[in-house]
Amino acid sequence: MTNLLRVENATKHFGSFIALNNVSIEVPDGSIFGLLGPNGAGKTTLIRIINQITLPDTGTVFLDGAPLQPHHIKDIGYLPEERGLYKSMKVGEQALYLAQLKGLTKQEAKERLKYWFDKFDISHWWDKKIQELSKGMAQKVQFIVTVLHRPKLLIFDEPFSGFDPINATIIKDEILQLRDEGATVIFSTHRMESVEELCDHIALINKSNKILEGKVSDIKREHKSNTFEVGILSDDHRLLLDDLKDRFMVEPANFKTIDDQLKLKISLDKHASTNDLLMYLTGKGQVLRFNEVIPSVNEIFIKTINDNE
Amino acid sequence: MSNLQLIIKREFIARIRNKTFVIMTFLSPLIGIGMMGLVGWLATMSNDDIKQIAFYDETGLFISDLYDTSEIDYIDYSSFNLEEAKDSVVSKKLYGLLYIPKKQSNRDLAASIQFYADESPSLPILNGIERIISNKLTKQNYKTKGLDLSTIEDSRAQVNIQIENFSGEKTSKMSNYIKMGFGAAMGYFLMMFIIIYGNMVMRSVIEEKTNRIIEIIISSVKPMQLMMGKILGTSFAGILQFFIWLFLGGVLLVITNSVFGISPQPVGVDTSMVLQEGNQQEIQLILQDISKLPLLMIVFSFFIYFIGGYFLYSSIYAAIGAAVDSETDSQQFMMPIILILMLGVYVGFFAVIENPHGTVSTVFSMIPLTSPIVMLMRIPFGVPWWQISISIILLVINIIFMVWLAGKIYRIGILMYGKKPSYKELFKWLKY
Repeated sequence: MTNLLRVENATKHFGSFIALNNVSIEVPDGSIFGLLGPNGAGKTTLIRIINQITLPDTGTVFLDGAPLQPHHIKDIGYLPEERGLYKSMKVGEQALYLAQLKGLTKQEAKERLKYWFDKFDISHWWDKKIQELSKGMAQKVQFIVTVLHRPKLLIFDEPFSGFDPINATIIKDEILQLRDEGATVIFSTHRMESVEELCDHIALINKSNKILEGKVSDIKREHKSNTFEVGILSDDHRLLLDDLKDRFMVEPANFKTIDDQLKLKISLDKHASTNDLLMYLTGKGQVLRFNEVIPSVNEIFIKTINDNE
Repeated sequence: MSNLQLIIKREFIARIRNKTFVIMTFLSPLIGIGMMGLVGWLATMSNDDIKQIAFYDETGLFISDLYDTSEIDYIDYSSFNLEEAKDSVVSKKLYGLLYIPKKQSNRDLAASIQFYADESPSLPILNGIERIISNKLTKQNYKTKGLDLSTIEDSRAQVNIQIENFSGEKTSKMSNYIKMGFGAAMGYFLMMFIIIYGNMVMRSVIEEKTNRIIEIIISSVKPMQLMMGKILGTSFAGILQFFIWLFLGGVLLVITNSVFGISPQPVGVDTSMVLQEGNQQEIQLILQDISKLPLLMIVFSFFIYFIGGYFLYSSIYAAIGAAVDSETDSQQFMMPIILILMLGVYVGFFAVIENPHGTVSTVFSMIPLTSPIVMLMRIPFGVPWWQISISIILLVINIIFMVWLAGKIYRIGILMYGKKPSYKELFKWLKY
C-alpha cells in the first residue's frame, strides 16, 4: 500500500517552546488515519503544517510523493476544530465563496453544492444567514464545504463535536463513503469510540513527540497480554479458583451475567496455547464465556502515555 | 477569478452591504448640506437683526456722521437730558446709548465718550463707532492746527505690496491662504480616511477571528493574500463612498441653492471680505493663483500619498485586528497610531502653515509615518522634486517593511485566541 502523505522529521518551535519534535508519520492511501494525543500535544500544529498554514522549522511533507507545494491546497480538505462561518453572509453565497477559493469554478461549485444540499435536505437554507442557523446546522454546511472540491486528503479535527447523535451518524457514514470512493482521511479526536469504529491506522502524539504509530490491528496485537475473560459454572467455585491460581495468573473479572458464574481474567505466557487452557477449563465445569481480552484504543492510549511519563 | 480577486470582491460586497455603511453614505451628505444650510440661514438671521443705538451728543458735532447703515439705526436722543435718555433706552430695549459729552479740548473729549448697554456690545460695532468719531476728531484737529485737508488727502500714500517670484510671475497675498486651504483639506481628508477605513479593516479581521472562520479560509489562501484582499476590498468601498458623496454633494448643493437661495460658504477662508476690499485685479490674480498652483503635482501626489498612507496604516490596523480578540482590546495598540496621525495633522496646521519649507516641516514630510499628511499639506506651496522623490522612496520602503511586518503578526495572530498579547509578545511573533 502506498502512502498518500508522508511527514518526515517535522520540528516546530514557537519561541523556546517546542510544539513538534522530529515527528514523522505515514498515512496510507485510502486509509482512515487517527491522529491522537492529549490536549496541547501538538496535533493541531502538525495538521496546520500539513495544510501549509504553518511552516515547519525543519522537516518535509510529501503529498503523493512530491514535497508540499502551494497548489496542493486544492488536494486537501480541512475541517478545523475552531471553525465558523461569516455570520452575516448567506449560506449559499458563503459556500460558493469558499468553494471558489478551493479552485472550483462558480458553475462547478453551484452544481456540487446543489447535490450536497439536496442530499442533506437543506436546500431551503440557501438564502438564510448563518446567524439564523443552529450550531449543528452550520456544522453541516462546513462539512459540505470541506469535501466539496473532492480532495484526495481530508483532515477532520473533532468532526463530531456539536452534532447530535443522529447527525453525527450521518456525518460518520459520509466519511466512510468518501473513504470508499478513494479519499484518504486524517481524523483527529478525543472520542476514542469513534476512533475504534473508524480508524484503521493511528498515530499517538504526546508532548510534541510521536510515541506510537501503526495499523490499529498491529498495535492491538502488540499490546494484548494473552489474557482471557472466562465465565465458568462449577460445583465449588472456591476449589476451582485455588486450583487455577496454582497454574495461571488469575485476576477477578467483572461482567454481567444472569447466573452465578466464577468470573476471571486469566493471563497466559506468550507461548502457551489457548486450547490447553480451554481444555483444562472444560474438564472443570461448564464454560459459558471465553474470549480474548483485546485492549481498546483508549486503554492503549492511556497506558502508552503513562509509560512515557 | 484568482483568490485575491475573490477576497477583494467578498470584502467589498461585505463592506457596502453593511447597514452602517449604507446609512453613512447616504445620510452624511444630507447632514452636511443640512448643517451648511443651517449655518447660512443663521447667518442671514443675525444680519436681519438691525441694532438700534441711541446717541446723546452734547457737542452736536457727530449728528451728520452717525448715519444709519444696514446693520445699525442711530437714533438722536440729544434733546432729552441724559437720565431721561438712559431710561428711555432701557424701556424701549434699544441696543445701547452712546454718550458724547461736551469738553474743552478734543483730547479730553476723545477720552470721555461712553457707551451704556446692559449686554456687552459687539466689538465690530464699537470699533465702527470709534472709527467714525476718531476720523471726525482728527479732521477737526487738522483744521484747528491750520492744516489744509485736501493737502493731507493728497499726500496720503496707499501701499499695496505686490508679490512676485523671480521668474516674474505675480501672485496675490491670497495665494498663501489658498495654498493652506488646499493642503489642510487634503491632509485632513487623508487622516479621516485612514482612521475610518483602517478601523473597518481591523473590524473585519476581528470578525473573522471571533467567527472562527479564519482557519477555514487560510487553509485555502495565504494569510498575506487574505490581508491584502481585505485592505484592497475595503479601500474600494471607501473610494465608492467618496464618489457617491461627491455626486450626492453636488446634486444637493444645486438643489439647496435653487430652493433656498443660500450659497454655503467654504469654512475657513472668508473670501467675501477680501473680495469686497480687493479690486478687480486682485480677483483676477486669485483666479490666476489657483490655476498656477502645481495642480498636476497636487493630483499626482495626492494619489501617491493617499494610497501610500492608507496602505501603511491599514496594514498596521490589520495586524492589530489579528493580535486582539475584540475591539475593546485594541485600544492600547490604537493609541500610538492615532497619536502619530494627530502629530502629522498638527505639524501640518502649525509648522507647515507658519513656514512650509522650514526644518520641522521638511523633516516631518520625509518621515514615512507622517509624510503622507505633512507632504500633502506642503505640496501646494511648491516642494522641490528631489524632496518629493526622497519622501516617496522612503514611504514605499516603509510600506513594504510595514506590510511585511504586519503580515508576520497577522499570520500568527489570527490563530491565537484567548489572551490579549503584550507588545513583547508581538515582538516574539515576528520570530516565529
